[in-house]
Amino acid sequence: MAEAAIQAGCRFFAGYPITPQNEVPEYMASRMPEVGGVFIQAESEVAAINMIFGASAAGARCMTSSSSPGISLKQEGISYIAAAELPCVIANMQRGGPGLGNIRASQGDYFQAVKGGGHGDYRLIVVSAATLQELYTLTMNAFDWADYYRNPVLILGDGILGQMAEPVEILPYRPVLEIPPKDYILTGCKGRNPRVIKTLILDPAEGLVQHNEHLQEKYSRIERELCLYETYQIEDAELIVTGFGITGRIAKAAVRKARQKGLAAGLIRPITLWPFPKKIYQQAAMTAQKVLVVEMNHGQMIEDVKLAMDCAIPTEFLGKGGGWYPDEKAVLEAIESMLESPAASVKGGA
Amino acid sequence: MAVFKRTTVLKEQLTHYCPGCGHGIVHRLVAEVIDELGIREQTIGTAPVGCAVLLYNYFNCDIIECAHGRSPAVATGIKRVHPDRIVFAYQGDGDLAAIGTAETIHAANRGENITVIFVNNAIYGMTGGQMAPTTMPGQITTTTPQGRGCHKEGPPIKVCELLAALDGVSYLERTAVSSPRDVMNAKKAIKKAFQNQIEGKGFSLVEVLSMCPTDWKLSPAQSVEFVNEKMKKIFPLGVFKDQQI
Repeated sequence: MAEAAIQAGCRFFAGYPITPQNEVPEYMASRMPEVGGVFIQAESEVAAINMIFGASAAGARCMTSSSSPGISLKQEGISYIAAAELPCVIANMQRGGPGLGNIRASQGDYFQAVKGGGHGDYRLIVVSAATLQELYTLTMNAFDWADYYRNPVLILGDGILGQMAEPVEILPYRPVLEIPPKDYILTGCKGRNPRVIKTLILDPAEGLVQHNEHLQEKYSRIERELCLYETYQIEDAELIVTGFGITGRIAKAAVRKARQKGLAAGLIRPITLWPFPKKIYQQAAMTAQKVLVVEMNHGQMIEDVKLAMDCAIPTEFLGKGGGWYPDEKAVLEAIESMLESPAASVKGGA
Repeated sequence: MAVFKRTTVLKEQLTHYCPGCGHGIVHRLVAEVIDELGIREQTIGTAPVGCAVLLYNYFNCDIIECAHGRSPAVATGIKRVHPDRIVFAYQGDGDLAAIGTAETIHAANRGENITVIFVNNAIYGMTGGQMAPTTMPGQITTTTPQGRGCHKEGPPIKVCELLAALDGVSYLERTAVSSPRDVMNAKKAIKKAFQNQIEGKGFSLVEVLSMCPTDWKLSPAQSVEFVNEKMKKIFPLGVFKDQQI
C-alpha cells in the first residue's frame, strides 16, 4: 500500500504509531526521502490529520494511516477536510474495539467509515481490498478519486491485511481519471487573487445550506459514477454470501467449496463500501432466495445489504467483533445450514 | 513628513473587532511587515478558531482556516510542501496554549521554519469571556466567577517561558500593543520573526499582550492600563530566545 502510494505520486505522509499498521509509516520513513517526499512522525493522530489538511491545501498528494482508535482521533480533521473539499487518502487497518480493544483484526469501524464518523453531513469514498494486490491497485486509484472528486478517500482494511505477506506485482501508476488542474491550492498569490480555504460559513448570503447542498450533489455524482464489487457464481445462486475485505475473501473460498459440494451459493464482495454497490444486490435479490452476511463485527454492513435489497429475501448473519474472524469452515457450515435446512439458525446470531 | 498609508496587505474593509481590541493593531503590524519585506505574494497564513477566525476577510494573501488549536500542524504541512513560501500562524491564547498545546510544543521543538503570532489577551473572546490558559490570577471570567485560582484552575501558562526550554526553538519574544512604544517594539519583533523564516532559522514566535475591553468589562483606556499595570507583571516583556539552530 505504501509503495502504491509512492508510485501514485504521494509525496507527503504524516502518521502516528499504532498497531497493526506500523509497517506503513515505517516504510514511508525510509522511502519518502528517496523520492524527495516528506515523512513526519506526528505528535498525535490529531496533528497528523491536520498536517494532511495543510499538505493537501498546499497541493501535495498526501496520505495518513492508522488503526481504529487512531482513526477516531482523526475524525475532527477528516470532517474539516471533507468540508473544505480537499483530497487525501486515509488508511484504517482496523483492530478490535471498542475502546483500546485489542490488536487483532476487526471490521468494527464499518459504520464509522461509511456513515460519517466526524461531525456534520459528509461522506468519504470508502474502499476495501481482499488481497494485497488489490490493495496496491486501489491505493493508486484512491489518489485519483480523491483528486478528481476533491474528497478524502478511506481505505478500510483490517489487521490481517495490514500484517499479512503475499506476493505483489509492483505495477506502474496509470491514472484512471483525468485530474483537473488544482485551481484551489495555496501557493502564495503571485499572479492571481488570494485564495482562502475555510469551513466556517456564517453569512447567510454565503450559505452553509447551499454549501451542504453542493456537497450532497457531489456525493450523488460519486454514487452514480463510482461502484466496484466482485461477484462469483451469483447467476444461478440460491444463496448469496456477502462480506467485504478479508471476510469477502474467506467467504469466496467457502462458496467455492460449497459449489464443489453441489450447493448453489454465490458471492458478492463490495469493493466500494461508500458508495455501496446497491444495484448488484437488488439484482441478486430477484434471483436468489436468501442472503448470508459475514462480517468481523456484530452486524454493520448487513444494514446496507438489507436496505439495498429492500429486505426482499431472508438475511442471516455470521459474525462477531473483538478480534474474531471466520474461517472457511465456519462460513461453509453456515452455507450448508441455510441451504439444507431453511429454518436452522446460524451461528453468530441474526 | 511621514504620511500614514494603507498597506497593500490589508483589504480596505471594516473589521468586526470590538472598540479597543488589540487584534486590529496586530493585524496592521503583521501586514506592514509582510509589505515591507515584499513577501505578500509568497505568503500563506493560517487563521485560528477564535476572534481572529475572520482574518481572511482582512488579509490580502492566501489563507487557510484551521480547526481549533491545529494551526501549527496545518502550517507544518504547508511549509514542508512549499519550503520556499512564507507561512505564518496567527493564534489566540485558547487556540495556542489550551486546545492546541501539543501542536504548538511539537512544531516548536521540530524547529518548523514558520512564524507564529500569538495574541495573548488572557480570555476567550469569541465565545464570550471564559477563562483562558493565560487568564490572570484572580481575574474574573464567566467560568471563574470568583476569580482564577479559587477552584484549582492553576496559574496562567507562560508560553514564551515554556517554549524557551525547548532546544529546537529559534526565536521567542513577548511584546505588547498597549502603548506606542510597545507597538513599535512589537513590530520589530514580528519583522524579525518573518526575517528569521526567510533566512531559514526555524521556529519563531512573537507573543503579543493585547486588550479585550468587551470581555474584561473595562473601557478601552482601562484595558490598556490592565495590560500595562497587571499583565506585564505576570507576563514580562522581552526576548526569551534568539539562537541559530
